[in-house]
Amino acid sequence: MAEKLFMQALSMGISEEMRADPRVFFMGEDVRASVYGAAAGLHDEFGDNRVLNTPLSEAGFFGAAVGAAAVGMRPIVETLTSFMWVGMDQLVSQAAKMRYMFGGQATLPVVYRAVMYYGGGSAAHHSDRSYPVFMNIGGLKIVVPGTPADAKGLMKTAIRDDDPVIMFEDGTLLGTRGEVPDDPDFTVPFGVANVLRPGTDVTLVAIAGSVPHAVAAAEVLAKEGVSVEVIDPRTLVPLDKETILNSVGKTGRLVVADPAAKVCSAASEIMSIVGEEAFWDLQAPMQKVASKQVHIPFSPALEPLVYPTRDSIVEAIKKTLD
Amino acid sequence: MVYFRMATNISKDVLMLMLERMWRIRHFELKVIEVYGAGEFVGAAHPYIGEEAVAVGACAAMRDTDYIAGNHRSHGHPIAKGANLSKAMAEIYGRIDGYCKGKGGSMHLADFSVGILGESGIVASSVPVATGAALAAKLQGKDFISAVFFGDGASNQGACHESMNLASVWKLPVIFICENNQYAVTTSYRDTVSADHISDRAQAYNMPGVLVDGQDAIAMYEATVQAVERARSGQGPTLIEALTYRFEEHSLGLEKIRKSEYREESEIDEWRLRDPLDLLITNIVDSGTATRAECDAISDKANAAVEEAVEFARNSPFPDESELYKDMFSSEMPVV
Repeated sequence: MAEKLFMQALSMGISEEMRADPRVFFMGEDVRASVYGAAAGLHDEFGDNRVLNTPLSEAGFFGAAVGAAAVGMRPIVETLTSFMWVGMDQLVSQAAKMRYMFGGQATLPVVYRAVMYYGGGSAAHHSDRSYPVFMNIGGLKIVVPGTPADAKGLMKTAIRDDDPVIMFEDGTLLGTRGEVPDDPDFTVPFGVANVLRPGTDVTLVAIAGSVPHAVAAAEVLAKEGVSVEVIDPRTLVPLDKETILNSVGKTGRLVVADPAAKVCSAASEIMSIVGEEAFWDLQAPMQKVASKQVHIPFSPALEPLVYPTRDSIVEAIKKTLD
Repeated sequence: MVYFRMATNISKDVLMLMLERMWRIRHFELKVIEVYGAGEFVGAAHPYIGEEAVAVGACAAMRDTDYIAGNHRSHGHPIAKGANLSKAMAEIYGRIDGYCKGKGGSMHLADFSVGILGESGIVASSVPVATGAALAAKLQGKDFISAVFFGDGASNQGACHESMNLASVWKLPVIFICENNQYAVTTSYRDTVSADHISDRAQAYNMPGVLVDGQDAIAMYEATVQAVERARSGQGPTLIEALTYRFEEHSLGLEKIRKSEYREESEIDEWRLRDPLDLLITNIVDSGTATRAECDAISDKANAAVEEAVEFARNSPFPDESELYKDMFSSEMPVV
């Protein structure tokens, strides 16, 4: 166990799996130079045949990954969430639907690494947090690691999984640090939430980049005598409903923090499930702390107003206690 | 350039296999039209009648271990590659014994066991997929190849252009086979394709572009043999444009648009004079490869197989409700 950056943890997960399985290969734009960081060292270690620089051609290489996976390879594709729109048909019509539409004949072990850069003045075209869109499509496993250890463990599970997986890697977390197991057998299963902090008064579900803000909010409220249970679902498809429902059963209050835009967010779905299945456990209206329903503005005066923060989470929790 | 048939020796086996598969497609499609008219299945179906030589000639030049992908006009490609007629028909009927357990239907036939990676209802969407199968061959140092069938309409899609560029840059063993049947639904390719010929676009991707008489199965076979050799020997992709013609309307249920002015009846009649089955049979008989009676016997056999397929489809049960949530993922997931 050693302290690592979130980015290094991703990288560890990828290189360990590439060492373990020759069918795994890596492709994307500028990956040999590792412009976005997590592919550092891969080209040196694994060479031209396993680390491929692609043309700027998302439809082409997103779909090529599907075809390669369909005939036995295990591709990892690096991209940014905002570039996924360009190759969307391949993700939806092929990666997501092929298995079902062909009656289970297609097995597609492909991982799309979708890096979410936001919060740093990249404006509307480079700041998407698009996982709810993909939750709605179906057929794709949706992974949203919130800590460095989960980044590594979930990446390894994603690469070993036989279904298409999108790893949404939160840009605001890439520089965070945490203990990461060195053990190459360490993995984190899909569909198992992580209770980051046990509590009794309020259930706080936090997704991806909201996780550190949620933990900070719980710490603030602890000093005021409020006990907040912080849950990181870690994967949205599959979603560990039970952990959330059990927690709400205990606390009677739910707040969900989600960096995605508010309408039809992951938070919306989680709150809908709790509304359907645990309504009578609730002692107060549920609160959604998601991004404002606007495009991401460039100006540093405006952008920080968009996303969930420690303080907006604290405020929402207090509302449930009024 | 137009590919002219060369006087090479094609074995009798190949000629008769092509004839058999073309008859299987023709009888299959005629039966599909008949039973659709009788209301035996729902949705759309896009007859391949008139274009049989394209897929059959191409697939005859490939191995069983090679891969193909195709499009919404999806019955001809799998049958050409060796698909089972009964499972194909049962799929069109939405039955559990269909290739996709009734979840794909007419536009999405697939048989991974004989290299058919699936037909795509979204035009050009399967072109990158076939390119990826070829990428797998290259990365693993294996000698299988892939081919993808798409139309003149799809040739204008970005996915098609991106795939050709990618395949050429990486020298992938893939064959792009454009079935230019002249019309994307009702719009002539002459109104939508900037080049004189779709095959001309190959120049931009630094690969051979071959214009072939798509009514002539032998020409398609020979052009594909060359492309397969090129692909298998590591020289990269080829674009084949097969000039062909759709004898029927775009889709069953759209017969009314024949009354519109997008194409003249006389044009259809003219193309019907170059029926790909007539051309192949004439060649076989004139060259002394087989008698007309032998060719007729192949037709009868194919027709009988189609009748059997329809009976199989009619008798196959619809999928049980329990199938609804199956196959979303490789293992059971909780129902949301």
